[in-house]
Amino acid sequence: MPTSDASGLDVEAIREDFPILERKIGGDVTVPGPDETDDQPLYYLDNAATSHTPRQVVEAMTDYYYEYNSNVHRGIHSLSQEASIAYEEAHDRAAEFVGADGREEVVFTKNTTEAFNLVAYTWGLTELEPGENVVTTQMEHHASLVTWQQLCEKQGAEIRYVEIDEDGRLDMDDLRSKVDDDTAMVSAVHVSNTLGTINPVSEITDIAHEHGALSFIDGAQAVPTRPVDVAEIDADFYAFSGHKMLGPTGIGVLYGKQHLLEELPPFLVGGAMIRRVEFEGTTWEDLPWKFEAGTPPIAEAVGLTAAIDYLEDVGMEAIERHESELARYAYDRLSEFDDIEIYGPHEERGGLVGFNLEGVHAHDLSSILDDHGVAVRAGDHCTQPLHDVLGVPASTRASFYLYNTREEIDELIDAVDTARQLFA
Amino acid sequence: MSGSDMYRQQILDHYKNPRNYGEMQDPDFSHVGENPSCGDTIQVDVKLADDDETIEQVAFSGDGCAISQAAASLLTETLPGKSIDELQAMDTDDIVDMLGVDISPMRIKCAVLARQVAQDGSKLYRGELDEKDRTITEE
Ligand SMILES: Cc1ncc(COP(=O)(O)O)c(C=O)c1O
Repeated sequence: MPTSDASGLDVEAIREDFPILERKIGGDVTVPGPDETDDQPLYYLDNAATSHTPRQVVEAMTDYYYEYNSNVHRGIHSLSQEASIAYEEAHDRAAEFVGADGREEVVFTKNTTEAFNLVAYTWGLTELEPGENVVTTQMEHHASLVTWQQLCEKQGAEIRYVEIDEDGRLDMDDLRSKVDDDTAMVSAVHVSNTLGTINPVSEITDIAHEHGALSFIDGAQAVPTRPVDVAEIDADFYAFSGHKMLGPTGIGVLYGKQHLLEELPPFLVGGAMIRRVEFEGTTWEDLPWKFEAGTPPIAEAVGLTAAIDYLEDVGMEAIERHESELARYAYDRLSEFDDIEIYGPHEERGGLVGFNLEGVHAHDLSSILDDHGVAVRAGDHCTQPLHDVLGVPASTRASFYLYNTREEIDELIDAVDTARQLFA
Repeated sequence: MSGSDMYRQQILDHYKNPRNYGEMQDPDFSHVGENPSCGDTIQVDVKLADDDETIEQVAFSGDGCAISQAAASLLTETLPGKSIDELQAMDTDDIVDMLGVDISPMRIKCAVLARQVAQDGSKLYRGELDEKDRTITEE
């Protein structure tokens, strides 16, 4: 098999695992799925929003439904035991993947957003006090920014936003000056979904700890694309979503240090998270089940395990190299044009490039790109305050993953040129 | 529905050369709308005839995508001569007809923003709506 680039990934073979990459688009979108009016090959460059799902992951979930579908934790019968073991081991697998100590530190949530809300509703409502502050950054996703903003409003605490510099990097001096002894939480995105900036999250966590604050790192764009070790970062909380890392929707992970999770009250209450219920009161299950009320996403956990297996088979270092190389190529090609403004740093960036074509609104541009089969994200990418800082209402973002190629970036550049001609 | 089909000559022409662009002196009513996630903003100013019912003149200002701005520009040409009741009766199909192209489902909100702003403005003017600071047509 030929390899398409220096990163050593066999992209051609990888693409064969993703049937959706074969479909054509361009026809009727009001009915889901392909139809005979579809005529454009698909160039999928919207991986930061959601990634595609390889056969191996879909098959693992199909096997679950066809062969051992059952509720977990509570059944004595064989199917339930099989499902329970698979579900519980999915926590071990996720823990191992990001360097957590064990399943006690891995809570399955619906997604990254729910992981932030879980910590806000448990830690935040019980620990954050008036006069204290939460330090976060201008480049946070709404999942984090809105959660902290609303929590601070409720608790009478202050929220502080660390500024970015001209290259779209965090201003670490500003961060150091904003974290003080009243800081209770420092929260930063690991890889920005809009700028592609990779933040120095260990250093940020160290600064938080020097002031007795906790750190919560948003790993939604990092875990899918590079090796991550939460213990090395020393983060107190860390979150990511299954659907951005070849897994299914409906499952995300909240990592938390065991001693912290133990001290927190439960988030949602009900079945499965209890040990003993009496009319007068209830005691909670052990970690992580204390935070997983009701029937959990079992098939999704099985899918997440398969996704992690797939990513590790390919190799996270190789994926990171492949992505960075594509991002650099896209950055350089887009930089050839004076009418294109690119956001975020040139060096050390994640596998995505946000930009604007002068005189063409991002939504118009992405409609035209779609006509050429190029799927990108246009809009505010759930970072409206960051767009205010950038001084633009919206941007267009191309984001890459292990199955993307340089040829697809060439398609992007050609389609951008069509838009340029139309609007000239 | 494909992108370039939406960008036929008429749309691009109205986007590049918007008609009746700018703020009106002494409008009878004026209203502002915004779709925050797009960043599309539109202000519509309307002058009525002496019968206080017939639309005499319309101007718009704002910025945003070609669809939202072209729809606003076209609307300023379509509305004069119509009554407020006729304005209020305009629906999404009327706007799509006015634009003369199919609008993909995700972009309908851009196409109808100016109409909604004009409609809400007229309702506020007649006291049929209270305290609606801004008009939004996205979900
Ligand atoms: C950096 C970042 N944080 C959080 C999220 C939210 O993820 P989810 O929608 O899966 O909760 C995203 C994805 O959109 C993201 O890119």
